[in-house]
Amino acid sequence: MIEGTPKTPSVKFDPEKGVIEIKGRSIPENSIEFYKPLVDWLEHYGKSPLNKTLVNVQLEYFNTSSSKCILDVFKKLEAIHKANHDVVINWFYEEDDEDMLEAGEDYESIIRVPFKMIEIDD
Amino acid sequence: MSFNIRNYFDDLSKGDVVIAYKGSITSDLINDVLEAVEKKLDEVNAEGKTRKKLYNVLVESLQNLYHHIEETHEGIEEELDPKFGVLVIAREDGEYKVITGNFVNSSKIKYLKEKIDKINSLNKDELKDMYKFILNHQKLSAKGGGGLGLVDIARKTGSKLVYSFYNYNDNYYFFNLEIKI
Repeated sequence: MIEGTPKTPSVKFDPEKGVIEIKGRSIPENSIEFYKPLVDWLEHYGKSPLNKTLVNVQLEYFNTSSSKCILDVFKKLEAIHKANHDVVINWFYEEDDEDMLEAGEDYESIIRVPFKMIEIDD
Repeated sequence: MSFNIRNYFDDLSKGDVVIAYKGSITSDLINDVLEAVEKKLDEVNAEGKTRKKLYNVLVESLQNLYHHIEETHEGIEEELDPKFGVLVIAREDGEYKVITGNFVNSSKIKYLKEKIDKINSLNKDELKDMYKFILNHQKLSAKGGGGLGLVDIARKTGSKLVYSFYNYNDNYYFFNLEIKI
């Protein structure tokens, strides 16, 4: 569990339930440092994942540096899904935030994992 | 006539200015600017969409400065701070304008000009494709820069990136970038 800060999101990872949550704002200047632990955990989890893994992504904003790291996280999830262990990514976006919806659609078109776009009412 | 930073900055600072800064571009500065702008946007009750776009442009352009400015520059006045950059946020005709400035080595100008001209020539869908391509294919630099900042700004604002290069000395130009929100 990583606590959120004004520049980085909170990250929760429950390997026993197969639930991952990334929530908040992601604008660190160097996102590699921040996302590395999560990418490493996923690599490790991927060796014996649960049959179903649920990922909840609820970001208010993320910078372009983070967008690459988030893709790396999704690529690890894609590998798990390809090996026949289901993964579903819930992509949350605020009502009227077309940019965030579009960002989710961008990832959906690159990553071979089912995405659910979920609108949050303000 | 060679480029004079002080005059350039004074010119930019005229008019309805929200923030005018020249000095080192550090992580702390970025935090301070974002906080100050968020507060100011609260005070003037800025519209949600404008806020998000302005915030996006600031994060990306400041982090561009942070990643691309060299520590010190050969032959440049010593009184300028290391990692020297300029940031001005102004209002003009009801629109916000973000202006950034930094030194660029002459060797980098051609690449930068080509990149920006290319971005300016693309429509919304093409920008999306360019963004996705770079996202999927380019590695992050050691400091976390990704080559996506300018594309992202153009895509989200729908504005053309307006730029100038001012000759400073044999090795350096001053790069001025203006984004309308």
